Amino acid sequence: MDFFGPVLDGFGVVLDPTNLLYCLLGVAIGMLIGVLPGLGPAATIAILLPMTYGVEPVTAIIMLAGIFYGAQYGGTITSVLLRIPGEASSVVTVFDGYVLAKQGKAGTALGIAAIGSFIGGTVGIIGLTFLAPLVAGFALDFGPPEYTALALLGILLVATISGGSKIKALIAAAFGLFLATVGRDIFTGAERFTFDNLSLADGIDFVPIAMGLFGLGEILYNLEERHRAAAAPVAVANVWPSRKDLKQSSGAIGRGSVLGFFLGILPGGGATIASLAAYAVEKKRAKDPSRFGKGAIEGVAGPESANNAAATSSFIPLLTLGIPANATMAIIFGALLIQGVTPGPQLITEQPELFWGVVNSMYIGNILLLIMSIPLVGLFVRILRIRGAILAPITALITMLGAYTIRNSMFDVMLVVLFGALGYLMKKFGFEPGPLVLAFVLGSLLESSLRRSLLVLEGDPTGFFTRPISGTLLVIFVMVAVWPMVKTVMNKRKKANALSLETKVKEKV
Amino acid sequence: MRADHAPHVEEAAVQEEEILTPEQLAEVWAAEAPEPAGPVANLLSSLVALALGMGGLVLSLKLGLGTPAEPRPGMWPFVVSLVVAVLSVVQIVIGRTGGKDGEKFSAYSWYAAIGFATLVGMVLLMPVIGFEIPSLLLCFIWMRWLGGERWRSATMYSILIVGAFYAIFIAALGTTIPRLF
Repeated sequence: MDFFGPVLDGFGVVLDPTNLLYCLLGVAIGMLIGVLPGLGPAATIAILLPMTYGVEPVTAIIMLAGIFYGAQYGGTITSVLLRIPGEASSVVTVFDGYVLAKQGKAGTALGIAAIGSFIGGTVGIIGLTFLAPLVAGFALDFGPPEYTALALLGILLVATISGGSKIKALIAAAFGLFLATVGRDIFTGAERFTFDNLSLADGIDFVPIAMGLFGLGEILYNLEERHRAAAAPVAVANVWPSRKDLKQSSGAIGRGSVLGFFLGILPGGGATIASLAAYAVEKKRAKDPSRFGKGAIEGVAGPESANNAAATSSFIPLLTLGIPANATMAIIFGALLIQGVTPGPQLITEQPELFWGVVNSMYIGNILLLIMSIPLVGLFVRILRIRGAILAPITALITMLGAYTIRNSMFDVMLVVLFGALGYLMKKFGFEPGPLVLAFVLGSLLESSLRRSLLVLEGDPTGFFTRPISGTLLVIFVMVAVWPMVKTVMNKRKKANALSLETKVKEKV
Repeated sequence: MRADHAPHVEEAAVQEEEILTPEQLAEVWAAEAPEPAGPVANLLSSLVALALGMGGLVLSLKLGLGTPAEPRPGMWPFVVSLVVAVLSVVQIVIGRTGGKDGEKFSAYSWYAAIGFATLVGMVLLMPVIGFEIPSLLLCFIWMRWLGGERWRSATMYSILIVGAFYAIFIAALGTTIPRLF
């Protein structure tokens, strides 16, 4: 009863009409932006941050979470029908999903994907329900050194896993840490980098950075990219999969759900990696791997289950440790901070109604999404016909007017526009904005835990390595940081060896 | 159900053509993807990052570093600025041949620049003449010239959108966004 009491109370929170409404709103928006290529869940959540100011924290997070996992459902639709992944996590669905659509089985592919997503999501929530309290209980003993190591590792993993140049991602992350230091130093009260500007004394606000870098940056980028757009979708018939299809994909759904759940927990992991891994597993396990890429239903079922399970389980590090595992979680972290809620191990015990409210809302959200993606799928397919040219100014106006409403300040709107330009330029020059925002969010936590640890350890940095947990985390940190360099050197040596072997062989001949 | 009639011969040919293996599809995507930014862009952007890092170092030094046991306010910003500066130098060296990241600016990049200009224009005009006219202009420019809509549809949709925003933000939510009407 001790354990299940708060869990059941959480359902009471979810069934509150306002929360139900926001849950519906969140998953519908998520599904919508998943269907529309271009704007991703991180950008959408950033743009809609101003909406969360007027509501209760639990309501706000229920909606934002709905956008995130709802997008995983919607992203499938464009992958299957247009061969354009609506989200990064649906890229592999294209391989078999689109071929199935070409064979006239678009409905089957979408239906299986929806069922797989639902099962994956549900497995994720159940896993979250049981694992989160364990992790939080374990983390209650964490002191500043552990948090320092954890935050460092989280930032490093997110930076190294992002596509493109890893060094550039790390530069962006370090710059994010620097931006977080602007304002009053919490230890000494000294003002840092404020240039005597009053509006900088409290530090740079998170919302304009997120709205600009993720939201407007992506909108500007899409203005340029939209010209690669695709043709109108085919009609979808019969979304209910046959019993045979279901039987064929049940194994893939099960494996995808479990795999996705575990990959989602890892910092830097998440839906995209989970879907890639699930596809690889299905292909490897298959008796006839050559079917993959030619319309194998398992190639849709596995990844789609995995990305939903991962989207759900990636809430674990955020809600139990206070460490966001990816860029989208960083924005939700920021939204919680705005609401005066600091996510961490004490969240489950101190604010059980918030924690379990959010977790249990995901059951409802997944049911709503299942309804939207099976009987109502035709409606969302029709949305694909709305032209990007008309959507772009709408999203831009939502961002601009939304930014104004936060504090009724034109200065904020200007900041959003400037960070939007910065986000666009960063993308063009190969710097991912994700690590910057994540590092910015974690910046003050990292600095204060580092300084506290050094106080405890009397300025001796080797003390980090003598504590078992922080030591292990830092060893992993060093391994992750050094591994790419080792790999390059090894590859070079292999090449050099191969060359010298070749010359030796030639000499002998 | 479907397949009441046999597909046209042409349709079948198109279908044959469009079924690609994942490897082929990856190639198509790679071919369609924009070109990487190249060595000049890498050098310039890394130099900007280096300058930011150096600037951070100088400013942090002014705040004072202290010792690890008793850090002063400049210590932590100094460390992260140092990381920025050192990694920028590494990136200048590693990326000297260009690398695969980033994207070259194209003729379409002007669209983003124009988009940015209209957003700045809106920020400057909104406090003076309210949000309605700047929003209308922004919608129209984005649809007509940046999106290639026809005159008529661009005009119609712009008016509809601004009307909807007025209804939501002013009439329903009662926000204090500067407005004309």
